[in-house]
Amino acid sequence: MLTFRQKKIRLLGALLIGVLLLMGAGDSTSRVEKLGHQLMCVCSCSQILMECNHVGCTYSDTMRKELTAGVDGGKSDSEVLAMFVEKYGTTVLAAPTHSGFDRVAWLLPFIALVGGIGGVALVVRTWHKRRVPVAATAGSGFSSTDLSRLREQARKETDL
Amino acid sequence: MSQIGSFVLLLALALSGYSFLFGAVALFRRDSLSAVITETARRAGIASFVAVLIAAAILVTAAFQNDFSIAYIYHHSNIDLPAPYKFATLWSGQEGSLLFWSLLLAGYGFVLRLRHKTDERLFAHASVIMAAVQVFFLLLLNFAARPFATTPGELPLDGAGLNPLLQYPEMVIHPPMLYLGYVGFTVPFAFALGALIMKYPGDKWIHITRRWTMVTWGLLSCGIALGAHWAYYVLGWGGYWGWDPVEVASLLPWLTGTAFLHSVMMQEKRGMLKVWNIWLIFITFGLCIFGTFLTRSGVVNSVHAFAQSSIGDWFVAFLAIIAATCIFFYVYNRSHLRTEHHLESLVSRESSFLFNNVLFLLICFVALWGTLFPVLSEWIQGHKITVGPPFFNSVTVPFALLLLFLTAVGPLLAWRKTSLGSLKRNFLWPTVGAIAVGIFLVATPPSWGSVFGMRPWTDVSYFYSLIAAMLAALVIFTVAAEFLRGGRVIAGHTGRGLLPSMMLLGHRNTRRYGGYVVHIGMALIFIGVLGTPLNRTAEKEMGFGDKIDIGPYSLVSRSFTQDETANYSSSIAILDVYRGGKLITTLYPESRFFTATQQPQHMPSVYSPLREDLYVVFEGQNQDTGRPIIKAHLNPLVSWLWIGVLVMLFGTALALFPNAPAPVRAVVTTPAAAGFHAPTAPVGAGD
Repeated sequence: MLTFRQKKIRLLGALLIGVLLLMGAGDSTSRVEKLGHQLMCVCSCSQILMECNHVGCTYSDTMRKELTAGVDGGKSDSEVLAMFVEKYGTTVLAAPTHSGFDRVAWLLPFIALVGGIGGVALVVRTWHKRRVPVAATAGSGFSSTDLSRLREQARKETDL
Repeated sequence: MSQIGSFVLLLALALSGYSFLFGAVALFRRDSLSAVITETARRAGIASFVAVLIAAAILVTAAFQNDFSIAYIYHHSNIDLPAPYKFATLWSGQEGSLLFWSLLLAGYGFVLRLRHKTDERLFAHASVIMAAVQVFFLLLLNFAARPFATTPGELPLDGAGLNPLLQYPEMVIHPPMLYLGYVGFTVPFAFALGALIMKYPGDKWIHITRRWTMVTWGLLSCGIALGAHWAYYVLGWGGYWGWDPVEVASLLPWLTGTAFLHSVMMQEKRGMLKVWNIWLIFITFGLCIFGTFLTRSGVVNSVHAFAQSSIGDWFVAFLAIIAATCIFFYVYNRSHLRTEHHLESLVSRESSFLFNNVLFLLICFVALWGTLFPVLSEWIQGHKITVGPPFFNSVTVPFALLLLFLTAVGPLLAWRKTSLGSLKRNFLWPTVGAIAVGIFLVATPPSWGSVFGMRPWTDVSYFYSLIAAMLAALVIFTVAAEFLRGGRVIAGHTGRGLLPSMMLLGHRNTRRYGGYVVHIGMALIFIGVLGTPLNRTAEKEMGFGDKIDIGPYSLVSRSFTQDETANYSSSIAILDVYRGGKLITTLYPESRFFTATQQPQHMPSVYSPLREDLYVVFEGQNQDTGRPIIKAHLNPLVSWLWIGVLVMLFGTALALFPNAPAPVRAVVTTPAAAGFHAPTAPVGAGD
């Protein structure tokens, strides 16, 4: 049996998910805008479809119309993108997909990030362990040259 | 004229070849003749500068004299081209830009060789290495990409004209800045390699090259920023960075160069990371050459003109030689690069520099990975794919935010080890301030426009924008707190006001405080960029009196007009801009048609208050109705990007200034009186 507190939490959770879903849904104009930024214009201008301002471009207008028709026709985002790939080839997608070999493009940078940060942490740890302990010295055990050297080191390390 | 130009280039090659070969021989000889040969090699290097300068002057003169017998002039100029662009012809195409590379390299070499008295042996090594690089470019200019090649067949009456995209004032400054940056990294590379070859004792080479590196870095930053500014104001797509391979090529050495500028401090202060630093500068130089290869070999698709050419093999060979040379001397002399200290704590300035270096290199790797992935994909899968802005933005943004976090935190950590108390003291108020900024941006109503009323839970890009805003605020607050803290101490000692004390503080350690100003500039650049997800666009066919509403603005079409110059004809829309029913400005977006190239070009018109840019493009005319099509973009915060660049350049200039003399200190010299212990205790943060 759920307590009142548990019920309240579940209700709030359901409401939150509902609100987020509604926020993420978007109208057809924003879907066209969003999908249009995931596609390239194929006129060889190397521009995103919605940003192609190539004067006299014979492709972008047609492609935008096809995109709007696809969205208005009730196709899902992935269906619209698949439709474009079928017609214009894989280079029409502005980014690699998340399947097959293309997934490597997305994964490797984050593997490198984890490796890089982990590597630095490991280096710091190893160096910290290797640190040579400084022998305890009597207060007056330094020569004038030692003191000058140490002052110079302190100045160098502190920018003062 | 073309024959003289070709001859002078051959002469320059001979002089550079002499400077390299005889200079190298002299370095390995230990007899009395060695000094004499070194001197002749130095003078040959200086003379090669004069020869390359003459060659460049001939090419520019040919452009001004409309000498279309030279194929390069025919392809990149025409009679009616305005004078500044005729001058810019020098770097507008493949061959000319390589000649310009060579000229700048010779110029750097000239200055270096004049200053040889600073350290004759080290400078002699650097001079030989620079001559070797110069030989490569002169070989290219003489045999593969000849700027003085003649036009085949009948002499043309007029030239084909300059690409309309390049006919913009910034194109007269952007490439020189970028090239000065690219080429400039040859100098620290030459010194680093020279120091490694001769097992140069100490870090003097770093002190010698510090200013060179900073100037080079500043120029490269300026070049990249000017390129972005040009893209924004000329290309007319409403953005300033599209991750085109040419843009990426300029960013790569900037990233590793920035990492070097940070990590080199560890070598100077603590004698650490000697191997890392030397490889960073090798990689930076290698990336300058690699970037040139990438954009001129046709390996990747680029919107830039000289992407298709056949000189890629030359660059591959040169890169292989550079890599082999660096690896050989590193393996041979690596014992010379032993570190003097080790890291002591994860929470220290050294660690933050290490993390910062790793992030810079990772962003560099991601940019390179994304650029080359289509080639890899084609090789493995058999079909090409596109890796465009959505990939780069998704992957680099989290990395860049981590870097921004380190920009805020790193400078206030102490060398060696930072205590918890010091962390609290330095970061409590800036962190509270940054959180307050975040809350303010979320709590304000969206009706305030621009970035107010952010809803980070609706889209991941908004979430990133909010985090970027908070981190940028953290950077600004920590730097401001540091200036205030130091200023107060000086004010207490000298009795001056707070502001003069802060200025004196900056003057006493220009490198450190100049660096902080650069960090503020970076934070402002992030503020300029974080508005991107909130960009809006509207497009409409407009007749007289028609209106487009976008954000708080209304654009009303007042009139359309036409203009004609010798170089181009143009159609101009005259649009009144209203805000809250009040006329605030008039914009004149233009569509030009260039006569010589028979190419059209949009010239956007931009209204730029600090809060957002209203960016209007005359897209052309509807072919069916004949009505003009106007596209309006509302881009929040873009002005901060340009302000950030200016602040960053100011910081770089400040860091180059000599320090004001430090106040005289009382020095205790008797060991007994010192009570002085070995400096094992950490120095306070921010010191």
